[in-house]
Amino acid sequence: MKRSKKMTLIQKVIKYKVLLLMCLPAIVFFFAFSYMPLPGIYVAFVKFNYGSGIFGSKFIGLKNFEFLFTSGKLFTLTRNTILYNVAFILLGNFFAVAVAILLNELRSKRFKKVSQTMMFLPYFISQVLVGILVYNILNYDSGFVNTVLTSLGLERWQPYSLANVWPPLLVLIYLWQQTGYNSIVYFAAIMGIDAETIEAARVDGANAFQKILYVILPSLKQTIVILLLFSLGGIVKGNFGLFYNIIGTNSLLYSTTDIIETFVYRATMSDFNFSTASAVGLYQSVIGFVIVMTVNFIVKKLEPDYSLF
Amino acid sequence: MAKTNNVMIEQGTKMKLGVSDKIIRSLGYVLLSVYALACIFPFLLIVGTSFTSETVIRAEGVKLIPKEFTLQAYQMVVKGGGIWKAYLLTMILTAIGTFLGLGIIAMTGYALQRKDFPFRNVISFYIYFTTLFSAGLAPYYLLMTQTYHLKDSYLAVLLPLLMSPWLIILMKNYVRAIPHEITESGKIDGAGDMRIFTSLILPMLKPALATIGLFLAMGYWNEWYQSSLFLSSKVDVKPLQYTLYEVVNKMDALKNSVAGQYVTMADIPTESVKMANAILATGPIIFLYPFVQKYFISGITVGAVKG
Repeated sequence: MKRSKKMTLIQKVIKYKVLLLMCLPAIVFFFAFSYMPLPGIYVAFVKFNYGSGIFGSKFIGLKNFEFLFTSGKLFTLTRNTILYNVAFILLGNFFAVAVAILLNELRSKRFKKVSQTMMFLPYFISQVLVGILVYNILNYDSGFVNTVLTSLGLERWQPYSLANVWPPLLVLIYLWQQTGYNSIVYFAAIMGIDAETIEAARVDGANAFQKILYVILPSLKQTIVILLLFSLGGIVKGNFGLFYNIIGTNSLLYSTTDIIETFVYRATMSDFNFSTASAVGLYQSVIGFVIVMTVNFIVKKLEPDYSLF
Repeated sequence: MAKTNNVMIEQGTKMKLGVSDKIIRSLGYVLLSVYALACIFPFLLIVGTSFTSETVIRAEGVKLIPKEFTLQAYQMVVKGGGIWKAYLLTMILTAIGTFLGLGIIAMTGYALQRKDFPFRNVISFYIYFTTLFSAGLAPYYLLMTQTYHLKDSYLAVLLPLLMSPWLIILMKNYVRAIPHEITESGKIDGAGDMRIFTSLILPMLKPALATIGLFLAMGYWNEWYQSSLFLSSKVDVKPLQYTLYEVVNKMDALKNSVAGQYVTMADIPTESVKMANAILATGPIIFLYPFVQKYFISGITVGAVKG
């Protein structure tokens, strides 16, 4: 009865075989690089032995996790990752909105164009280069900061052995690299505000401050809230490239700069401790998954149109 | 002050500017100028460093304008020769990867946006799910090296960067703007799906192809991560950015091993050589990107809409 109207799966496959084939390379790609690694998560529950492989190694249950929890390691890593991300998200969006609003107030097209080109530049370079730029400014022997300090007759500064200076420095570097690019979304949103609304505010005698406060900011509210919520979804995912290229393997700075990604990378690539690395990775994935689902649930309640699924 | 006056002249005929408008504008010009200059300052500084002789750097440190202009560092990098091979390799990887990736992303994006395609939601979710939950680095590393045997293979760099869920969603957003009637008209003319895609849809996707192609090319050009995972010292020629990474870190390692002494060993890359390498590895991007900037901007504004 049903069949008379609906096609069977096989009929659908045959009818849409060309479209399916068009998707096939992508399907294979994600299968090979994203789904195939999933069974390997089992390595988090064994005492890994190269010779026996993942599935031949001895099963030890939650031992790998136990150590991470009791040693406090996981707590430090999670705390560092989350605190950095909170600073990145809040300050990053604050400055991106500020840049977008200020840009919108300016009238010189030429200034806008030139300054935007300069502001986007840091976003397009490799993280390796970011590490080098920072090193060239901060290193002890010949860095720019020390050149200036010396010429002023002041004592030299050695940030690469001071753990406490890095949280603000890394936030500053992140803002330097991302703010210009992040401001684009907000700038586009401001351009999208109905010109009549702004004109009406002007006619009503609103000055520039009032216009920003009562017209522009309220119309950006939705964009800001949605972008903040979605960044929250990635709050346990660290910016590996930034941290690894600036801090690298300088263990003097780990107490304040080691995030989940850098720890997992070292555990995998220098210690070959795949079980520990995988345990931390799994912990991160599970927490991240729960957070994204929660955020999506909230967005769905607030703004169904913007929910991810 | 002069700037504010200019603004007033531009706007003068329309209406008189209030005090708060003037304040905001002056503030905008000042703050944005400072930020924009701060954005390019580190670049100017490495340019300065790369043209400074090593003895001056050691005695006085890094400065914006070199005291004595010298090409020593560049001569050393060019003599070393390694960077040209890295360039060639990176250009090849970028060309192949961008071309292949773009083709696959465009096909997938189109198919997944076809309203009559019954599998589009399933496949979209299959792709999207990979951003929600991942196995993490260790299982990925073991799979690539133990199962796929891609250790020390350039494929380990080329393949993982071919596409991302985000780029496919971006492509879907571009395709969405193309009216469905185009596909319908193609069907009426008796064209197959592939034919409709190549001769009707692709020409309309030019801005999308430019944008996504640039994101892919940037990914390949700036790639260092997969290289650091999978290319060991057995591989002579490595992608550009990872070559740069190794130059910098080799130097640090050597420096630490002889800490406290003045070393004159010729094989230690010096500060100026490091910066010359950095400039040669980045140069093309800096010169190219002002011309392609608008495509990246279109990418982030189109991508902000959900898939």
